[in-house]
Amino acid sequence: MERRNALKTGGGIGLMALFGALGLLQPGKAFAEWNKTAFSSKSMEEALAALGVDKPDNSDAIKLTVPEIAENGSVVPVTVACTLANVQQISIFVDKNPNVLAANFTFPQGTEGIVTTRVKMGQTANVVALVKADGKFYRAAREVKVTAGGCGG
Amino acid sequence: MGNPMKIRASVKDGVTEVKVLMQHEMETGLRKEADGTLVPAWFITEVKAQHQGRTVLEAQYGQSISKNPYLLFRFKGGAVGEKVTVTWMDNKGDTRTDEAAIAA
Repeated sequence: MERRNALKTGGGIGLMALFGALGLLQPGKAFAEWNKTAFSSKSMEEALAALGVDKPDNSDAIKLTVPEIAENGSVVPVTVACTLANVQQISIFVDKNPNVLAANFTFPQGTEGIVTTRVKMGQTANVVALVKADGKFYRAAREVKVTAGGCGG
Repeated sequence: MGNPMKIRASVKDGVTEVKVLMQHEMETGLRKEADGTLVPAWFITEVKAQHQGRTVLEAQYGQSISKNPYLLFRFKGGAVGEKVTVTWMDNKGDTRTDEAAIAA
């Protein structure tokens, strides 16, 4: 009996050590796990559900800066700046893209609620910013007209 | 190991502003070559920025982020000469880390 128990315990420890070693060998372990469900969402509803958001309120405290017209849909600058206190997360969506979620930023204490990035847009669509501040979700959206063919019209 | 990033960090009134330009193709996996073959997805999925070992920003990217991703953010604190480190990882598991000293 005793020997069996010892073997079991020993095996357990061996397995734990193995997992530990694997963890150390994977460089990706330093990151939070990539949210595959959210990033492969095909619609806003699907993406919001994947992020665990119900119906976020529109907020004037979110300043979403995007060009009105983008002549090059492959590089559209997006800035989200919010005056809300205690910003924890900012997500950026393009509602007509094949995968609607573009990026999800997490802000530790002391990082200000502002972020600039560049997104690709396949066609004229709404850029949506979702902000989590003090545990509550807010949103803001603006349309960007994407002019195809580079004729600027 | 990927190509080097350009990182600029500067501190003003107790707030450090960090600008990062990563070099990456950011293939969506939806684009086709002229002969109709699909170009496989290859894009940065995670980004992490640290100041003196403390995480100041974490990001997850999808396929909609533009080629050679640009990133700007600000955090409280930071002093001239201190280091800001940025690491990214792509969907193939490749990673790249670069650092820059905070300027005035």
